Amino acid sequence: MENLIALLIAAPLLGAAVLLVGGRRLDAVGHWIGTLLSFVSFVIGVVLFADLLGKGAEHRTLTQHLFSWVPVAGFQADVTFRLDQLSMTFVLLITGVGSLIHLYSVGYMEHDERRRRFFGYLNLFLAAMLLLVLADNYLLLYVGWEGVGLASYLLIGFWQHKPSAATAAKKAFLVNRVGDMGLSIAIMLMFTTFGSFAFGPVLSHAGDASEGRLTAIGLMLLLATCGKSAQVPLQSWLGDAMEGPTPVSALIHAATMVTAGVYLIVRSGAVFNAAPDAQLAVTVVGAVTLLFGAIVGCAKDDIKKALAGSTMSQIGYMVLAAGLGPIGYVFAIMHLVTHGFFKAGLFLGAGSVMHGMNDEVDMRKYGGLRRYMPVTFVTFGLGYLAIIGFPGLSGFFSKDKIIEAAFAKGGTDGWILGGVALLGAAITAFYMTRVMLMTFFGEERWKNQPTRSPEAPSAEPAAEHQGEHAEPHPHESPKVMTIPMIVLAVGSVLGGGFFSIGDRFLHWLEPVTGYSEGHSPVGAWTVTGATMVCLIIGVGIAWAQYGRKPVPAVAPRGSLLTRAARRDLLQDDFNHVVLVRGGEHLTRSLVYVDHTLVDGVVNGTAAGFGGLSSRLRRVQNGFARSYAVSMFGGAALLVAATLLMRAV
Amino acid sequence: MSAAAVHSLWTTAADPISKIDAPKIEYGQLSPTLIVVGAALVGVLIEAFLPRKARYYAQVFVSVVALCAAFAAVVGLAADGYGTTKAHIAAMGAIAVDGPSLFLQGTILLAGLVGLFTFAERRLDPAAHGNRVDSFAAQAASVPGSDSEKAAVKAGFTTTEVFPLLLFAIAGMLVFPSANDLLTLFVALEVFSLPLYLLCALARRKRLMSQEAAVKYFLLGAFASAFTLFGIALLYGYAGSVSYARIAQVVDGTVTNVDPALANTMGNDALLLLGSALIVMGLLFKVGAVPFHMWTPDVYQGAPTPVTGFMAAATKVAAFGALLRLLYVVLPGMRWDWRPVMWAVAIITMLGGAIVAITQTDIKRLLAYSSIAHAGFILAGVIATSKDGVSSVLFYLAGYSFVTIGAFAVVTLVRDAGGEATHLSKWAGLGRRSPLVAAVFAVFLLAFAGIPLTSGFAGKFAVFKAAAAGGAAPLVVIGVISSAIAAFFYIRVIVLMFFSEPRPEGPTVAVPSPLTMVAIAAGVAVTLVLGVAPQYFLDLASQAGVFVR
Repeated sequence: MENLIALLIAAPLLGAAVLLVGGRRLDAVGHWIGTLLSFVSFVIGVVLFADLLGKGAEHRTLTQHLFSWVPVAGFQADVTFRLDQLSMTFVLLITGVGSLIHLYSVGYMEHDERRRRFFGYLNLFLAAMLLLVLADNYLLLYVGWEGVGLASYLLIGFWQHKPSAATAAKKAFLVNRVGDMGLSIAIMLMFTTFGSFAFGPVLSHAGDASEGRLTAIGLMLLLATCGKSAQVPLQSWLGDAMEGPTPVSALIHAATMVTAGVYLIVRSGAVFNAAPDAQLAVTVVGAVTLLFGAIVGCAKDDIKKALAGSTMSQIGYMVLAAGLGPIGYVFAIMHLVTHGFFKAGLFLGAGSVMHGMNDEVDMRKYGGLRRYMPVTFVTFGLGYLAIIGFPGLSGFFSKDKIIEAAFAKGGTDGWILGGVALLGAAITAFYMTRVMLMTFFGEERWKNQPTRSPEAPSAEPAAEHQGEHAEPHPHESPKVMTIPMIVLAVGSVLGGGFFSIGDRFLHWLEPVTGYSEGHSPVGAWTVTGATMVCLIIGVGIAWAQYGRKPVPAVAPRGSLLTRAARRDLLQDDFNHVVLVRGGEHLTRSLVYVDHTLVDGVVNGTAAGFGGLSSRLRRVQNGFARSYAVSMFGGAALLVAATLLMRAV
Repeated sequence: MSAAAVHSLWTTAADPISKIDAPKIEYGQLSPTLIVVGAALVGVLIEAFLPRKARYYAQVFVSVVALCAAFAAVVGLAADGYGTTKAHIAAMGAIAVDGPSLFLQGTILLAGLVGLFTFAERRLDPAAHGNRVDSFAAQAASVPGSDSEKAAVKAGFTTTEVFPLLLFAIAGMLVFPSANDLLTLFVALEVFSLPLYLLCALARRKRLMSQEAAVKYFLLGAFASAFTLFGIALLYGYAGSVSYARIAQVVDGTVTNVDPALANTMGNDALLLLGSALIVMGLLFKVGAVPFHMWTPDVYQGAPTPVTGFMAAATKVAAFGALLRLLYVVLPGMRWDWRPVMWAVAIITMLGGAIVAITQTDIKRLLAYSSIAHAGFILAGVIATSKDGVSSVLFYLAGYSFVTIGAFAVVTLVRDAGGEATHLSKWAGLGRRSPLVAAVFAVFLLAFAGIPLTSGFAGKFAVFKAAAAGGAAPLVVIGVISSAIAAFFYIRVIVLMFFSEPRPEGPTVAVPSPLTMVAIAAGVAVTLVLGVAPQYFLDLASQAGVFVR
């Protein structure tokens, strides 16, 4: 059975190869090939899952050794896969949601000339992501980690003719490099500490290493997480990444890839358990990002950017939970899975809205769409209820558990983290209600107000275009797009309950991640009650602001905080001032040193040799008699030196 | 006179006191040299008896066959184990048949064969009066610019004597590194030097320059030979013998029977030191080490380019072979005397060659200084005084000789109205006009510079490694610095060829016959093979790295 593991990766990898190498002759069928291979991978995943379920909890780890990758004495890197409950969970999420999004993309990308290439990249992403979660050592994980980074880059910049997309792709790539450095340093530290980077030796001997070492490794892993999962301070790329096609935002920048950091921390739990300082840093990063993303999400008028802020915030929850140690690991993953469903659903819904609105993303130009796109409205609405934590839906269970776990950390830390998590719940309710109201309720602001197509450059004969797009005609999307949305909506509704009732998910994952109850100073029902109160406050404020009053079509100036939040809380300004300017100054001074000092020495040496050369050259005067004298002198010196050597 | 007296006369005459044994010559083991000498003699006969038109083809045929046969003989001897287990001293102590001998003879024969192809090239110069001509003067005896020269050119004369001259030179070179006594060494030296002096004077174009080069070479060569001969005399005085083995015994103090007539001078260290220094000086002259290098640029520039290529490659191989044998077989007992001196020579050779090359403007002179710098690098390997030192030098010589012949062959292709366009400024933009030729030349330059994946890198690495292991680490540091200096002017030529604007009336690149193409292709192939997969050849050189005593 374990021989199937490689096939999980091989299927989408084959798809990527065929689609990218195959060329134009596959244009007609390329998207179906990609989708089919994604489903093949999903089916294999289900078969393996059934196999795991049939085994006892302690036998649920399968490994497949493919080949020795770098067999050097003392440095052994193998291509070995590990399928246990944790990676199984990810495999099902990645292939399941991934397949649905492949299907959705068939409709969404229908009119794109480069659709085959798009599916090639999607398959490449699936293969890399599966490699990431199935690797049995950190080096192989790193390959997958870089692979998903590459796929993300290619897909963010898929519409490369738009300068904004090209820039966003580059930004994502560069910011991610910072995080990737963290992972590579962590791997090197592991190798010097444990003499290996396979999960087995590293995690089972984590207790033997010094705490300082483990803290260093933990902080480097956290840096990696910050890059890939868009956590503060490396969060700045995620908002811009929304330049990619919406299915990409749903799959990569909401459901799967951005959660890789959470996987990394949970997988390395043994390291973090022994390094409390690193854990504290993880919780701090999670809590800060949780609020950061939520605040940014409140101020954005671009529906995808609002959702991106939300993603950042929700991953903040997961990272916070993962930082809590065994109290939180299971719930981090549980929230990750439920979030995968409802956030993918929300993004697909947003894509469906854009599809019907001539690719308009400004929510101030939406309104009242529920009548025109009923399926989108219902599925989006269910996702909305799930994310704000409406009782009985997915988010209710998973987020509630995280808030409980935060309090259960105990001490002042616990109160602060719990409080932040509660506050985050309120803000989540606010901004998601805002999105919901601005998009589907209220007056139809798109009427009599022609939208501009982002594709149409302003210099083009605008009248013609505007005649075409004069007024959007909102319509429901085709079945191939709505079916995935419906499936994800069902998952958003039922997933949390299915996982939580009877602690199914806890029992499934506990053998890998460990679990401890913690000592919560407040009761579980108190937390739930407080969460409900926060939810009602958040929804209430949003209703007061966007439901009762009409939404202005042009954004008002807003308070200082609002304006800052619209600019992503000044993240880019901060980066510009500190990093870009600082970097420019540094490079300028280095160039100066290079020009004056280094070049001075080099050019001086060269000039010196050149001068010496012209001088020595004169000795060669062309007269045989001078040459003979030189030989004679040389011979005399030779003899004299030989005799002298003996005398000495 | 009685019968008894007659009888006694008979018996007295037959008295065995002054009996001389008939020399025992192992002809089979000397066959490579003998084949080449024989072919050279056949070449002389061809000149005497064949009609003028047929001589060229006959000479080329005989030469090619002879060199191939001689090479086959070398391979056969090596396969028989004469390079390793059966290595011994043949021809009554005159010739050593051992690994280094066979390896160097093989290298010289192959270099000679490739050099022969460039000698035989007849497509580069535009045909004079309907006759295809090569790089050599129509009639060597006619005064440059005279009527008789014009008549000779018009008649379509060619100096086909170059082929037997080449074979004689090769024969001398084959003996030179395997000579096992000082007289054989000297005879071999003259046998290969005299034809080279002649060949240098035979250029078809720029004849005065060519003749000047030949005269200089001859004068200075004779001067150096005199030093060598004087050294030989002194060494004979020291050891009472010219045999390498005998001298080595005396140096080591293990000699048994002493001739009373020589007892006074024998073992006098002053004679030993003087004599060996002078012989070594003669050999350093041939390899072109500073300060005995001054002939090199003038001769390399003036000689016909095919001769330059052959001479630069094969002379260096032969002379370094002789130097190795002298230092490793005859003088290992006094290495603490000669090593410091050789250190100094190696250092000034490496630095001098590299530094003076920087300001050269003529491609042939540039390559001449480059060859001086390379002599320094090889000396670093010689100084290692270890088995690795020998094998690394053998490997270096094999790689270097093909690069050199190839590079000079490319020089013959770039021509303008005055013959070869050797001034560097004319090479500007060659890469735009003839990318293939420029690329091939760039490969050779990179090999000279010792860039990885070329034979130059593998050779330099082996030599420096041996030198460092032999305790000459400072020498290696200076060697690397010199390589860096040298890289400047090699790369400058590449930059000039590829990144400069071509000049409007620049030279043209002649399309050669397959002969030169083979020579250049062989150069590129050996450069890349020894650079990419040097291990087999390093092993071969390592097996061949033991001298017989």
